[in-house]
Amino acid sequence: MIQNKDLIQYILGISDNAMILGQRLGELCGHGPNLETDIALTNISLDLFGQTRSYLQYAAKLKDDGSTEDDMAYLRKEHEYKNVLLVEQPNTDFAYVIVRQFLFDVYHLLFLEQLSESKDQQLSAIATKSIKEVKYHVRFSGDWVKRLGDGTKESHNRIQAAIDILYPYTNEFFEASEVEKLAMSSEIGVNVQDLKTEYLKLVTQLLTEATLTFPEQVYFLSGGKQGKHTEYMGFILADFQYMQRTYPNMSW
Amino acid sequence: MTATSAPNIDTNLLAILETVSDPEIPVLTVVDLGVIRSAVQKEETVFIELTPTYSGCPAMDVISDDLTAAFKAQGLETKIELILDPAWNTDWISEKGRDQMQAYGIAPPLDETSDKQVLLGNARMVGCTNCGSTNTQLVSQFGSTACKALFKCEDCLEPFDYFKCLR
Repeated sequence: MIQNKDLIQYILGISDNAMILGQRLGELCGHGPNLETDIALTNISLDLFGQTRSYLQYAAKLKDDGSTEDDMAYLRKEHEYKNVLLVEQPNTDFAYVIVRQFLFDVYHLLFLEQLSESKDQQLSAIATKSIKEVKYHVRFSGDWVKRLGDGTKESHNRIQAAIDILYPYTNEFFEASEVEKLAMSSEIGVNVQDLKTEYLKLVTQLLTEATLTFPEQVYFLSGGKQGKHTEYMGFILADFQYMQRTYPNMSW
Repeated sequence: MTATSAPNIDTNLLAILETVSDPEIPVLTVVDLGVIRSAVQKEETVFIELTPTYSGCPAMDVISDDLTAAFKAQGLETKIELILDPAWNTDWISEKGRDQMQAYGIAPPLDETSDKQVLLGNARMVGCTNCGSTNTQLVSQFGSTACKALFKCEDCLEPFDYFKCLR
């Protein structure tokens, strides 16, 4: 049996991915390249925050010390956030936004499909609910990868550049952390290593269709699951936590 | 329709529940939307199980508040629980609800296979809410809310929302 504190850590790892990516997409509100895309990206952000709330409400309930979902979201220190490095990478340009989204969405859907089989009923319910939403996310980001990759010379070059920079962050998905191993052995968590083959197959398929390729020589980067983040994380949190840090215990 | 789709609602509560509507689609009551999974009265308290359409749907908080207010007006307390399992799907929207959506200007969801076809732009099947033509085209997979996509009619040129299939 997994201990409560480890289960909470496991849940935070999942929800931090959704939350930090949701925050990155939220930054684009009013800044999308056109109205439809702006609305799509913020809708995806909303889905991710909705999922985050379900996870954090559950984590707060397990913690059972009066903590709320807001405490869990806003009042941790940087090293206590366990999201993968990919989701905190910046909105450099639209190609980066789409590639980051696509590389995450494909993993997210595979991950949730496994999580929906979890022995933990609440995690299984959240995953089942989220799958329906994430299917739309994959469709959106995959569609844009194709459009940009197989578009003009300029769009092709820019999205290829984004893939070259962001692809090195993808292997972290499949490197199981200690807490993921614990959750996995108690049949609550997902065996992330097992997702890799299918992930690479799906991503390669679409990239080929989009006339794009993976970089050849790759030095994979990781650390987010251990709380060791890239320099961007501090800036995200400064923005994200501002209200709660400035006006403690404020609520809407 | 699946076996789990029939909600457990006390018939004497139905009239009050039907006064509460989705804030984003005011013609659609929460009963027709299928988000009330159970409503049972025990003495002076009504126990309601509510399920969200989309995880992040901000309408859920408003619906909870509206339900509480509606029952309070009748002198009843409410205890609302948000449940995720089984997950809401668009099959739970009633026939009446679908007709009302169409009349309101939101095309109701097609079945899953057709939905995928229209959202990939491979087929034209969504009926225009203005003229009824199915010569309609996807403008954006995401519309004014997370549950809707944006379409336009190629015949009468009117833009309209399409409520996406969620299964």
